[in-house]
Amino acid sequence: MTVMEQRGAYRPTPPPAWRPRTDPAPLLPDAEPYRVLGTEAAAKADPELLRRLYAELVKGRRYNAQATALTKQGRLAVYPSTTGQEACEVAAALVLKEQDWLFPSYRDTLAVVARGVDPVEALTLLRGDWHTGYDPYEHRVAPLCTPLATQLPHAVGLAHAARLKGDDVVALAMVGDGGTSEGDFHEALNFAAVWQAPVVFLVQNNGFAISVPLAKQTAAPSLAHKAVGYGMPGRLVDGNDAAAVHEVLADAVRHAREGGGPTLVEAITYRVDAHTNADDATRYRGDAEVETWRAHDPIQLLERELTARGMLDEAAIEAARQDAETLAAALRERMNQDPVLDPMDLFTHVYAEPTPHLREQQEQLRAELEAEAESEGSTHR
Amino acid sequence: MTTVAVKPATMAQALTRALRDAMAADPAVHVMGEDVGTLGGVFRVTDGLAKEFGEDRCTDTPLAEAGILGTAVGMAMYGLRPVVEMQFDAFAYPAFEQLISHVSRMRNRTRGSMPLPITIRVPYGGGIGGVEHHSDSSEAYYMATPGLHVVTPATVADAYGLLRAAIASDDPVVFLEPKRLYWSKDSWNPEEPTPVEPIGRAVVRRSGRSATLITYGPSVPVCMEAAEAARAEGWDLEVVDLRSLVPFDDETVCASVRRTGRAVVVHESGSFGGPGGEIAARVTERCFHHLEAPVLRVAGFDVPYPPPMLERHHLPGVDRILDAVGRLQWEAES
Repeated sequence: MTVMEQRGAYRPTPPPAWRPRTDPAPLLPDAEPYRVLGTEAAAKADPELLRRLYAELVKGRRYNAQATALTKQGRLAVYPSTTGQEACEVAAALVLKEQDWLFPSYRDTLAVVARGVDPVEALTLLRGDWHTGYDPYEHRVAPLCTPLATQLPHAVGLAHAARLKGDDVVALAMVGDGGTSEGDFHEALNFAAVWQAPVVFLVQNNGFAISVPLAKQTAAPSLAHKAVGYGMPGRLVDGNDAAAVHEVLADAVRHAREGGGPTLVEAITYRVDAHTNADDATRYRGDAEVETWRAHDPIQLLERELTARGMLDEAAIEAARQDAETLAAALRERMNQDPVLDPMDLFTHVYAEPTPHLREQQEQLRAELEAEAESEGSTHR
Repeated sequence: MTTVAVKPATMAQALTRALRDAMAADPAVHVMGEDVGTLGGVFRVTDGLAKEFGEDRCTDTPLAEAGILGTAVGMAMYGLRPVVEMQFDAFAYPAFEQLISHVSRMRNRTRGSMPLPITIRVPYGGGIGGVEHHSDSSEAYYMATPGLHVVTPATVADAYGLLRAAIASDDPVVFLEPKRLYWSKDSWNPEEPTPVEPIGRAVVRRSGRSATLITYGPSVPVCMEAAEAARAEGWDLEVVDLRSLVPFDDETVCASVRRTGRAVVVHESGSFGGPGGEIAARVTERCFHHLEAPVLRVAGFDVPYPPPMLERHHLPGVDRILDAVGRLQWEAES
């Protein structure tokens, strides 16, 4: 008998603390973005929903054009357009129930309007008369969020709080492809998965973070794949296929509502316009690329499907256009009025009660305003 | 007549009691942070809370400060009152974007419709022999951010009263806990906890006629010691404990300086761009004709916080304070 035999055979074992974790296979996104329009799945789609989506997309396109025009007339300080991304914007708003919450990024005013917020109030931030124009609690829409991805942990915390209280609330949080590189994206997804919070993360991969293409942003197989690392499902969808985006988001919302936890949805879309009216997209991309995406336009895709199925006639198309024109005209008229400003508002909501220090500064401004009014009065005399 | 036993308690115990009482009084109060649950916090301030109130009320979060504060924002949006623990001063920095871009501004951004009643507890300051990143005094950053209240206790009773006030506040409060005072003891009756102080009032800890030491948090006991030592030099020093850096109690501070005519601001934070500059300016602007000498600052040096074996040379001590008092142009009086 050898020494080894006397001591018993050496049996390698795994590290003691190691346990098998979640099986990654069911979390993986499909190899191709999910599509409905132009596929067999379209036959199963609800015709009423498709017509509703169509009308909203047409309105959304017109809204984007009108808002961009308002920047040229000096009525908006800046406008980040979602032309070409209307399917994502509209579907995100439409999949939510009344009690649910939407967490938009700064680019998502269209989703905010589609959720029911007054368009002028939605544009207040971009007009520049205040940072948020609407009461977030009225339509359960968080303020438009400018620092990238920082609204995502808010959505997680709100959904978590609602679940702790036993309320039936789902939070849908929107972010762009650039935002997925931020630390808050990581932390939000991790917290959501650990807490199994009822949240849906919608990443609109529109190809660019201002000028930087996705290839310089990530080496991940897809943004949807990032979900697997957190232990949540990732879904990949054609972001210009409104029916597909709606279906995937609705599934994710239902999954969250039923206690299944968060989902990460990556919608493949394209920012047809520049980053904002102040950006020059010709410095970082060619016309040919833009044209390939114009051929995959969300409105055209849906219009073709509906027309081919006899679910949309010329009259309905014209009616949708008319509705959009009415919306644009009303927006134009209201935005052409100067907002009413009260400089004393600067101090009103810094704290529940102004500190003594702020009261002093408040008095200083009041005196400056009075002096200004007096000197204006004397000039006019 | 029964006499209630007044036993010595530590500041850490008073803080625990404040959290417990706040959680018992209001189901919206949730404690969250790293190691606050099972372990009871690295300083044991949350000891027993998870057991008493459950892990949904006292939650061990993932190790990510921006995520902790960011999710607390969402919880506050939904009507909860999160009390967030940042494990150490320098570990709070990852949460600064949430703090500055959201916590401090949400009320203002939404014209008052979305206040965020969040308390952010931050153990701060040195003197405990901590290695790098465990001894910072970061109050100047917080003070420079409009929309935040910034408070710091120096006594066991204030630890309880101010923390209750912070949690009750509808505004976000950065609650700075002087680490080296966690184990300091005071006569404090936990059966009759101190009433909640309104945030924003300083207190005169020691009356004196010669000069005012304006200080807060961990430097308060040092100033009290300096005031005792100053008697031998013939100086009768007044010590003002600010308790609240924002809002700032100009009234109490200036009343004291007008009485004494001389002032020294004492804190661990560096002097350049530190709280002392603001305080000295405010005192000078308001009390110029009462001042016999420029307002001086005694502070930590403007160096990265030193390694533990050198920190005693950095922290303002009795000698440095007395030296400053000695430079308050006493000869002008004679």
